[in-house]
Amino acid sequence: MSAATSAAVDRLADATGRVELHDVHKAYGTLEVLRGVSLTLEPGSVTVVLGPSGSGKSTLLRVVNHLEKVDRGFVAVDGELVGYRRRGRTLRELTERDVLRQRTRIGFVFQSFNLFPHLTAVENVVEAPVAAQGRPRAEVEAEARELLARVGLADKADARPRQLSGGQQQRVAIARALALRPSVLLFDEPTSALDPELVGEVLDVMKDVARTGTTLLVVTHEIGFAREVADTVVLLDRGVVVEQGPPSQVLDAPRHERTRAFLQKVL
Amino acid sequence: MSTHLAQDESRLLVPPPARHPADPAAGAGPDAGAADGRSGRDDRLDDRLEGLRIVPARHPGRWVATAAVAVLLAMVVSSLVTNDRWEWGVVAQYLTWPSVVEGAWATVRLTAVAAVVGFALGTVLALMRLSRSPLLRSVSWAYTWVFRSVPLLLQLLLWYNLAYLYPHLSLGVPFGPEYLWFDTLSVVDKFWAAILGLGLSQAAYSAEIVRAGILSVDQGQHEAAASLGLPRRRQVSRIILPQAMRTIVPTAVNEVIGLLKGTSIVYVLAYGELFYIVSVIYGRNGRVVPLLLVASIWYLVLTTLITVVQYYVERHYAKGALRTLPPTPLQRARWTVQVAGARFTGRDVPPGVPPAYAARARVGVLTRTSRTVAPTAGERA
Repeated sequence: MSAATSAAVDRLADATGRVELHDVHKAYGTLEVLRGVSLTLEPGSVTVVLGPSGSGKSTLLRVVNHLEKVDRGFVAVDGELVGYRRRGRTLRELTERDVLRQRTRIGFVFQSFNLFPHLTAVENVVEAPVAAQGRPRAEVEAEARELLARVGLADKADARPRQLSGGQQQRVAIARALALRPSVLLFDEPTSALDPELVGEVLDVMKDVARTGTTLLVVTHEIGFAREVADTVVLLDRGVVVEQGPPSQVLDAPRHERTRAFLQKVL
Repeated sequence: MSTHLAQDESRLLVPPPARHPADPAAGAGPDAGAADGRSGRDDRLDDRLEGLRIVPARHPGRWVATAAVAVLLAMVVSSLVTNDRWEWGVVAQYLTWPSVVEGAWATVRLTAVAAVVGFALGTVLALMRLSRSPLLRSVSWAYTWVFRSVPLLLQLLLWYNLAYLYPHLSLGVPFGPEYLWFDTLSVVDKFWAAILGLGLSQAAYSAEIVRAGILSVDQGQHEAAASLGLPRRRQVSRIILPQAMRTIVPTAVNEVIGLLKGTSIVYVLAYGELFYIVSVIYGRNGRVVPLLLVASIWYLVLTTLITVVQYYVERHYAKGALRTLPPTPLQRARWTVQVAGARFTGRDVPPGVPPAYAARARVGVLTRTSRTVAPTAGERA
């Protein structure tokens, strides 16, 4: 797979993709889900977020993509504020159109895949580069087939999502996110909805993507993946970052009691 | 049953007492025989079963019910034939009468234009209702409220009298200069008054149908479309509406059929649609029942056509929800004929016929091992 020289994916290596979160707060009603999260993701780095359910992991990802608006603090990708434009001393909320344009640089892979069921795999991949970036259809389609081949689904390009297994669907979803050539890719528990024997094929594709220099932010329970691929492991609990550092430190020699307690339950 | 027992016993530490084959406790009968066959003597069992004829189960209750319904049906048909007050000759004469055909065509035109107006405006109203602007939401709500509340008959008469309220219509800048003038009577004739009445009230109902369809699409689809940065219009037209259509189509076709028959109300405007034409004819010649039958037959034919279209439209929008689409009636008919042909001539079922149909060529004979049956073309390939 690494021998594949997909133009689409290789160009991602030039992309930057620095993500900064500063003192991010987010509440749903009175429930505070994020309570002051600050993180910096270096360009091309792989960050795995661990934490018990309800700790705010998914919200953290959705905030980076502006699927959720932050209540306090800011999120910036490559120095550009997500959801706002700075004019001197004022911050202007972006219109939906501008937010959509920003999102094309931030790919999102959902736990439940969310492929468009009425479109074929290749149509799913082609849709956004054509409709959101206005690229020529023929060029995008050739690239889409290359991307599908790269995730091992060349022969499934014309199948509809319902005709694919969960692991295959998730690999199409990753190809769909990659087609926009994002500098940042967010994964929200990408393997949690999969049968155990299908998890490996998705993780393999993610490892392949990690080597291309795209910044990855991954919420997962796959400790093995974190240990092998992550540059940084972050433990989130009740909306705050409890501990962060290289996997060797956080996973093998955790400094905090809560990290230790969580790892004991997971491992 | 017996096989389960056998498996359980194999796990027992103490072997169960050996059973004599003739022992009634071992369970005589076909069940026990089958269990024996499976545990090592497959070939002989298959030899015994191969080629046996299968006799379908009998359902005496169903036969009685079928006979009763058949008698009732025969009574209806015979009364239709023998009672000459139906005057089938007159029905046949007027069914293709030029003015009746013209009336049917007018009904089709009214239905088509009113449905297009109704669903186009209804979709806009539904999107307004789901918009984030409170004014758009309220206007859409109020529109539905008003147009669903006033009877269609009243609406038609009101639109027909538009010229009384506004003798002239003009195009121009709101509250500013006007550029184009029309005489209301020349623009809103009977046809357009009917379209306004039917279309605008239809829009109120369609709005709710389209809104229900949009709400039925999974939230994850909205999020996925947004996260890919698709422009808003594209999200609606390419991702949301095609999936909403699966919910929208059945109810929408209901509405179109209602509209088709609803056009008969337009006779109050003396517009020459099917029912008005028919009523004019029976007013003149007094053949009321046969002419009502003529109209009924036409409405039946038109509704049938709509239903056929519905089938194919629904099938089209099912492609995201089903792994494989069900065969169309045409495909089913073709396969049935091909299979019947194969049974009759003893030849192979042609390739392309799905296995579920191909199997029917061998109905009547147990073919579990398929040794006695010649392989079909598909199997050989």
